Amino acid sequence: MPVPPTLHYFLDPGRCIGCNACVQACAECDTHRGQSMMQLDFIDHARSPQTVPVICMHCDTPTCAEVCPADAIKRTEDGVVHTARKPRCIACNNCVLACPFGVPKMNNAANLMMKCDLCYDRTSQGLKPMCASVCPSGALWFGTEEEIRELRPASKTNREFRFGGQTITTRVRVMVPKDRAETHLDVTASLRRSRDADPMLDAMYDEGSP
Amino acid sequence: MADPNANPRPGGPVDEATAPNLEPQTEPVPYPPRDVARMEAPPDPPPSDPFGPHAAYPTGRRLDTGVVPDRLVNTHCCYCGQQCGIRLKVKDDEVLGFEPWYDFPFNKGKLCPKGIKRYLQSGHPDRLLHAYERDADAPGGFREMPYARAIERVASEIDRIQSTYGNDAFAVLTGASLTSEKSYLMGKFAHMALRTANIDYNGRLCMVSAGGGNNLAFGVDRGANPWTDILRAEVVWASGANIAECAPITTDYVWQARENGGKLIIVDPRMTPIARTADLYLPVKPGRDVALFNGVLREMIAHDWIDHAFIERYTIGFDALARHVEPWTLDRTAEVTGVARKRIEAASELWGTAKTSFMMHSRGIEHSAHGVQNVLGAINLVLASGRIGRPYCGYSTITGQGNGQGAREHGSKKDQLPGMRELADPEARRYVAGVWGMDPDDLPQPGADAYEIFRKVAKDEIRGLLLICFNPLVSLPDNQFIRAQMERLEFFVTIDFFMSESARHSHVVLPGSLHEEDEGVVATNESRVVKINKCIDPPGEAKQDWRIIQDICRALGREEGFTFESPREIFDELRIASKGGKADYSGITYEKIEAQYGVFWPCYAESPEGEPIDHRGTPRMFEPGSWNPIAKGAGPFYFPDGKARFCRPNYFPPTEDTDDAYPLMLTTGRVISQFLSGTQTRRIGPLLDMYPTPRVELHPRLAAQLGVEDGAWVTVETRRGAMTLRAQVVRTIRPDTIFIPYHWASRRSANQLTLSAQDPISKIPEFKACAAKLRQARPDEIPEAADEPPVPRAHPRPEPAPERT
Ligand code: SF4
Repeated sequence: MPVPPTLHYFLDPGRCIGCNACVQACAECDTHRGQSMMQLDFIDHARSPQTVPVICMHCDTPTCAEVCPADAIKRTEDGVVHTARKPRCIACNNCVLACPFGVPKMNNAANLMMKCDLCYDRTSQGLKPMCASVCPSGALWFGTEEEIRELRPASKTNREFRFGGQTITTRVRVMVPKDRAETHLDVTASLRRSRDADPMLDAMYDEGSP
Repeated sequence: MADPNANPRPGGPVDEATAPNLEPQTEPVPYPPRDVARMEAPPDPPPSDPFGPHAAYPTGRRLDTGVVPDRLVNTHCCYCGQQCGIRLKVKDDEVLGFEPWYDFPFNKGKLCPKGIKRYLQSGHPDRLLHAYERDADAPGGFREMPYARAIERVASEIDRIQSTYGNDAFAVLTGASLTSEKSYLMGKFAHMALRTANIDYNGRLCMVSAGGGNNLAFGVDRGANPWTDILRAEVVWASGANIAECAPITTDYVWQARENGGKLIIVDPRMTPIARTADLYLPVKPGRDVALFNGVLREMIAHDWIDHAFIERYTIGFDALARHVEPWTLDRTAEVTGVARKRIEAASELWGTAKTSFMMHSRGIEHSAHGVQNVLGAINLVLASGRIGRPYCGYSTITGQGNGQGAREHGSKKDQLPGMRELADPEARRYVAGVWGMDPDDLPQPGADAYEIFRKVAKDEIRGLLLICFNPLVSLPDNQFIRAQMERLEFFVTIDFFMSESARHSHVVLPGSLHEEDEGVVATNESRVVKINKCIDPPGEAKQDWRIIQDICRALGREEGFTFESPREIFDELRIASKGGKADYSGITYEKIEAQYGVFWPCYAESPEGEPIDHRGTPRMFEPGSWNPIAKGAGPFYFPDGKARFCRPNYFPPTEDTDDAYPLMLTTGRVISQFLSGTQTRRIGPLLDMYPTPRVELHPRLAAQLGVEDGAWVTVETRRGAMTLRAQVVRTIRPDTIFIPYHWASRRSANQLTLSAQDPISKIPEFKACAAKLRQARPDEIPEAADEPPVPRAHPRPEPAPERT
């Protein structure tokens, strides 16, 4: 059964608290038990508690599949991009290097690229993926557009990403503030943004006082 | 003298001038001097130690996706006070994994990593399958003994100690992870079977400051609101609450309030993940919270951001309080708290002008020798705003332990009888003694608190101890003192499912039950009473804890009142024993809990007129017009006049403030991957891997001063002890403060350093503030096995060894 077209994955990194529930729950999913496909990264641990969960964005035209010389990566009609198929994958690492979101990982023991398949065993049955089921902060959420609109009145969804000259649209939606003008996220531009002052010290001392 | 921890029971009409508790006692309880006996921590047990701790990972059927579980059991997480609903996958006698329980309304399937991996505690190679007695020559220092002989030995030692030194010479320590049935039974066991005054519980380290403040201000000790009241609060204020790591599911409620336009104020010396995007972040100095609350209240009064009608109608004591906070000008508040003046002003305005709000706090303000004062400061902001007892107007502490609420209700506290009754109250004694079929005069009077019990061991006033669901050696402050007292005991028995660090000092260890091996109720931090359901039987000779207690009673020849056949029978007696008390469970049944997804107490079986009713429970406390057994209709609060009390909290600096020798404030707390003393979570591999061993957090400015780099070995010293660990340099902590998480044992234990000063009212220890110094570690201080995992990997349990009797 395909994943119903009305059901979507919504990602709001602003909510992430770095708890690792997604990482731990991913390893409990029935298609790849014992192995987590989820990544959770600190942006800069020394400077901020900010963390970011990285899941497969399930691109409309997946770069990983485009660069695969063995045609091992399939995107099904319902928009889900699957883990490399074992008989075809030659473990060349092309996908690992090419994915703009840094998602596919090489499982060296199995000689196989493995990545999030949107918990196909669950989502194709209308269930939520493991990570989006357990996420305590709502940073990861699965459901319909109508539901998320109702739940998150201060946010809206975005599914267009720019990486320099490359534009990618994805099945997964990222939540952004409602009042944001742009209709896309410029990923490379944000890398150049300058770092702020020390928020701890700002909150401790008034300007001019010791 | 009256017991200062007792609930206030003003006799006769209360007016401001005569109300005895409005300016609560503030002298902290002295801590043991340097010269008492202490015992240094031993090294970690070797990997070959049969009792571990070993780190378990999923293996065998747990990784086999072809295995279909026999059943999915709806139950709750075994760890924190959120008590998330979870469905455990069970096959034969094994818990294979979990499924989210989407229908349970509090968490709707959400879980933190601890809940997700809790199934790995089941079938663990370290699980105690037999009774044990101490034997220095046996592997791990313990030798198996037949369960029946162990029970006989326990009973004969209890009997010997009590008949030689008196009933109070045998003490009982219990915990707030037990179900309410067990916690009720432990209270009954101590008070009726042992007739010892000395029973207390590990909520003494957790919920008691909140309880003390709640009792003084509201007359009852319960979080006041369901969590759904957070969702549309205009302002959410959280003081000393690391919500993201210690109450993870609450995060979604807070973020949801912000989606609805709410503002967030976080007060904490560390910028925890919930603080990162807060509208206002106030990095208060450890131990200064009441100063902040008093300063904010003064601002509210100065700008007339207070609800006069509410204050007039529902409270007493406001005018005196207004005079009391007058000296707390913005400048003084900023100076004492170390928070920028403009942030205090902004917080006062946000809080003062809101129409709805939710105030939360937890151990950050409560773990203080002035914890009750801090809590009262927070409550005053709530009462002055008039925002309580209505939708989206809330107040609550966030409880730490699974049954953090329930275990403070039914008699396992030193001064309590079931239904939140007081042990010192003659009427309560008469009622409960009646339910138990004993003479009220035979009930002991209130005894010593959990820390004082060990001081009494040092003085030979207590000679024997029964410990269950508590690992004091890791969780009590100044734990080298505790270790020495454990060794001093003439007889020490522990009931546990793993060989905890404390159990290793026992003479006899009895194999108790894991959460999934028994049933019963707990009260969540919303005070929603939910049901834990049994998945599997206890393995080997392990038994459900209530059976073990009853076996001891039988061996003592005191089985009368201890012949329950099931938790349901215990619960039915608890309902009767709690009837008429503040925490009235008389209308709660297992069936009602299932049908309603939990029942909020009080839930009455009878109307005030004595007619049987079908009461749904009380999600929100203190609603106008609500009835309670103390006010009897006079008002919504639990005092005879139905009015809440404005108490006058006093500011004192931390008991051990910084000085030239110890210039830094040490504060302690938790990380998300571990739970409390780690007895369970230090045995779960995937959780250990997240954060294997404690590090000390310090600010880059301090690190630069001391020449310390991120990851370097440093030594932290206090007047109690020293420990060497790696530095974590982060700018999310005040430069004058350092932080160490406390879940680890022996030489990794932060509680080697902490101070045992206690709050005079709640007796909570001051975990959150003591003076320390930090320096680069000397080469000889760096542990040899420095970079090894703290816990060796578990291998499947070997075949049982032949009996060695
Ligand atoms: S530890 Fe607390 S938040 Fe985590 S799953 Fe258990 S009950 Fe929920």
